[in-house]
Amino acid sequence: MTEPATTAFAKRKVPLLFLTVLVIATAGLVYELIAGTLASYVLGDSVFQFSTIIGVYLSAMGLGAYLSRFIVEKVVIRFVEIELAAALIGGFSAPFLFYVFAYADAFRVLLYGTVVVIGALVGIELPLLMRILEKELDFKELVAKVLTFDYLGALLGSLLFAIVLMPTLGLVRTSLLFGMLNGAVALMTTWVLGDLIYRPIRWRLRAKGVLLLVALAVAFVGSDKLTRFAERELYDDRVIFAEQSRYQRVVLTHGALGVQLFLNGNLQFASHDEYRYHEALVHPAFALAPHARRALVLGGGDGLAVREILRYPDVETVTLVDLDPAMTDMARRVSVMRELNEESLDDPRVTVINDDAMVWLDENGDSVEAYDVVIIDFPDPNNFSLGKLYTSRFYGLLQRVMHPGTAVIVQATSPLYARRSFWCVERTMAAAGLHTAAFHTLVPSFGEWGYVLAMTRPFDPPREVPDVEGLRFLNDEAMQAMFVFGRDMQRPDDVETNRLDTQALVQYYDQEWSRLER
Amino acid sequence: MRRRDVLAALLGAPLALACDDEETPPSVEGELLGQSHEVGHLLRDEDLRAAFARGDVETRDLNVAIVGAGPAGLSAAWQLARRGIEGVELFELEPHPGGTSASGRSEVTAYPWGAHYLPVPGDGQPELRALLGEMDALDDAGEPREHLLVRAPDERVFYRGYWYRGLYPTASMTAHDAAQRERFERIVARWVRFRDGQGRRAFTIPSRLCSDDAEVLALDRISAAEWCRRQGFTSPRLLWWLEYGTRDDHGLTLEDASAWSLLFYHCARVEDPEEESADFLTWPAGNGALVRHLARGRRVHTGHLAARIAPDGTLDVIEAATRRPLRIRARRVICATPRFVASRLVEGAPPSDDGHWGAWMVANLHLADRPGERGFPPAWDNVLYDSPSLGYVTATHQRGRDFGPTVWTYYFPLVDSDPTEARRRLLDHGWSAWTDAIVADLSRAHPDLRRQLRRVDVWRWGHAMAQPRVGVRRSEARRRAALPVGKVHFAHSDLSGLALFEEAFDHGLRAADEVADALSEEAT
Repeated sequence: MTEPATTAFAKRKVPLLFLTVLVIATAGLVYELIAGTLASYVLGDSVFQFSTIIGVYLSAMGLGAYLSRFIVEKVVIRFVEIELAAALIGGFSAPFLFYVFAYADAFRVLLYGTVVVIGALVGIELPLLMRILEKELDFKELVAKVLTFDYLGALLGSLLFAIVLMPTLGLVRTSLLFGMLNGAVALMTTWVLGDLIYRPIRWRLRAKGVLLLVALAVAFVGSDKLTRFAERELYDDRVIFAEQSRYQRVVLTHGALGVQLFLNGNLQFASHDEYRYHEALVHPAFALAPHARRALVLGGGDGLAVREILRYPDVETVTLVDLDPAMTDMARRVSVMRELNEESLDDPRVTVINDDAMVWLDENGDSVEAYDVVIIDFPDPNNFSLGKLYTSRFYGLLQRVMHPGTAVIVQATSPLYARRSFWCVERTMAAAGLHTAAFHTLVPSFGEWGYVLAMTRPFDPPREVPDVEGLRFLNDEAMQAMFVFGRDMQRPDDVETNRLDTQALVQYYDQEWSRLER
Repeated sequence: MRRRDVLAALLGAPLALACDDEETPPSVEGELLGQSHEVGHLLRDEDLRAAFARGDVETRDLNVAIVGAGPAGLSAAWQLARRGIEGVELFELEPHPGGTSASGRSEVTAYPWGAHYLPVPGDGQPELRALLGEMDALDDAGEPREHLLVRAPDERVFYRGYWYRGLYPTASMTAHDAAQRERFERIVARWVRFRDGQGRRAFTIPSRLCSDDAEVLALDRISAAEWCRRQGFTSPRLLWWLEYGTRDDHGLTLEDASAWSLLFYHCARVEDPEEESADFLTWPAGNGALVRHLARGRRVHTGHLAARIAPDGTLDVIEAATRRPLRIRARRVICATPRFVASRLVEGAPPSDDGHWGAWMVANLHLADRPGERGFPPAWDNVLYDSPSLGYVTATHQRGRDFGPTVWTYYFPLVDSDPTEARRRLLDHGWSAWTDAIVADLSRAHPDLRRQLRRVDVWRWGHAMAQPRVGVRRSEARRRAALPVGKVHFAHSDLSGLALFEEAFDHGLRAADEVADALSEEAT
């Protein structure tokens, strides 16, 4: 190599190589923090985990530095290969360790093993790079710059990890992202130092690098299933209220189609068509109990069913029992909700009780005066805690607060998408001794939606809509049409009842809805 | 800004959360409970002994005196009342009736201190069904009430970092594991179908009705572990699951339990091999609900130490609080105490040195809220694979309270081969040692348990249950111990060598029937 060529090399390429040092150092530190955080997550005792991980990592870097002396030939090729290996192992470290923790025995062994390997690879990289650069720079300058970038990279890594990466990407995607960065740098090196690599090998290295980047990118995109979504990714619209209560995550969004409420990510209503849902949920019951004075709402903490109930001037008291104070507080405080529910929960006729509806019925069912109308608006039965609110035991307890004139309506998921689940609710109510009439309507946000109307005595489905102000959906024809089921929504023959000791409904629901989600 | 907030800013929230562990968690209070040993010295009190010897004590006549108000004694009293026998009183050492079916109550819920469920009895147990009918646990059609059947999900197991549905861990199960499990089920099905020459089943409840055919009794000659070896069972999770059963029901390892008791556990509650085993009835207070019903309306003298029972029906008792001696002259006495107590108490009773009694620690953990966890949602019975404990039962599960404060009942059998050693280990550890052990065990599944834990009460049962070791089923001494001595009759689950409510109930009824028959004979 001649003198001018070296200068040109230094001018064009040395800064890029320092960038490499920065990325390597940042990525290395991030891998170490990932291992420490992950170990603290799953094993607890963060002081122990972090001190041992940091110790092992640093000593492994020392080991790597020592091992670098055994690399005497093809230094540039080895350097790129080691970078690719670090990208592979570091990049997949978080998903790998999560997987190991879940399915394999030797979590600690593999955890520290991974840390040692990553540490050693990073430890080899710097001495190799210094040897590559030693011909280009003065030793004094070389050491100063390499170490500066190395330590700067460490600072950058720790700050990025804490402030940006963990809060937005989470462990798995941070790990994959740095794998990609690491891989990209390796790829870049094949150009920067390309002259020093025999051509066919150069292309082979590039192919490996691209393959690795693709694999990491695919994992990154697919990692949504592994990591929890950041809310702005899950919801299309602007989040105007979000609270993690003891029971669930309550999120309210506002967008082109209006206000939407999500519980644990499941849509509960959308303001542009909730009137269809809530009119169907409430008014058929009042058609059967026209002069109802006392109404009970179980669930329905959004206050929208109560809004419909308060349209009846005869109603004197409404008791609403909803588990989650976060929900009823939101319905009372957030202005878009107050607008939507017409401040129903602040009406003097309304009493709000925050309790589990089943426990409340069990403890108060014998002491309260019976209700004339009961509206049951629980979230769909997607877990055992909710499933119990759809059991024969529950409908048995419910009858303690009913009299022969009481009309009940239960929201019962979709008879079209979850046909078996819907009819399981209906069969369970019948098994508990209620007389039932199933009905359904279209709520565009949800699709075809189903309800069960019930009384303790036989009855005919209502044919006329009560004479109240403000209805936007129901008229007599719509009321009658709701009780007609097409072939694709009719009751299957072999539906089990949902009992506390079997919880068949949760399994039906899980099977039917997961089939649609896949 | 607190230190944790600084950390949160520098290192990211998850890290700071993890550091929470290092913050001082809320202080945990609690107490150490156990049977009343301290009153034993009254038996050696010279003044009291002299007073009894002189006959210089208050003396009362009674129709039937029952010593011990656990499930057996209370069942006997219940049956005597059904048979119209009056003048029945019970004498119980502890401050509350119930024995190992004792229960407690907090502001949140009632909770058990021992036995906590009852398999739904079949038609072969009409009296037990009658008792449940009285308690409104069965409906008019004789079906168990839905809210008393264990609410789904009934059980889950913590295995390699996750909770899974059911008790047998199926995650990463090999074909080998599955094949062995299937083979075990086939053996169970065969034993369920078994009938001896007299049409008796091999294993049924009450155990009195089990076959004594040589083929069945051969299972009492070898340990459960030996039986597994002979069957070629090597699957670690099958052996764990089988041992979980023997630890749970009998407080024994496979090495110490008899093969008979292992198969009893798996076969006795299955009526038909095609069907599931009997469903479980449970109450927040566990079997405390049963004994509370049985004790209702009975005359139970708690805090009374029995000093001596003579074959003529004389019973000497001491009211522990006042040291007042009292002599009961009963027409009949039912001694419903464990065998090792009965053998010392009743003059002329056979010795009990053939028996072994296991030591248990039961703790109730009072939690401010549900701790974090991963995997299948909370069940009634929550078992940790590879734990020396049996896991915990959630007292609020049955009522449907799935959020907020709760009480967990944690069961820990001390399964040392030598029961004396187990008892020493039980009693050597005080409240804080046991609490630390419990927290360490459960924190594997619930890393932030400590943060929710407010109170731990630890009950040390020195002699929790008679153990069905090899030979117990065939034991002549055990059989003889149930025979009356003069006017003294015996009732206790020990007499079956199986610590089950049904066995205590069965012996209680048998003793009561013996007494009622004898009294009506005397009358005629």
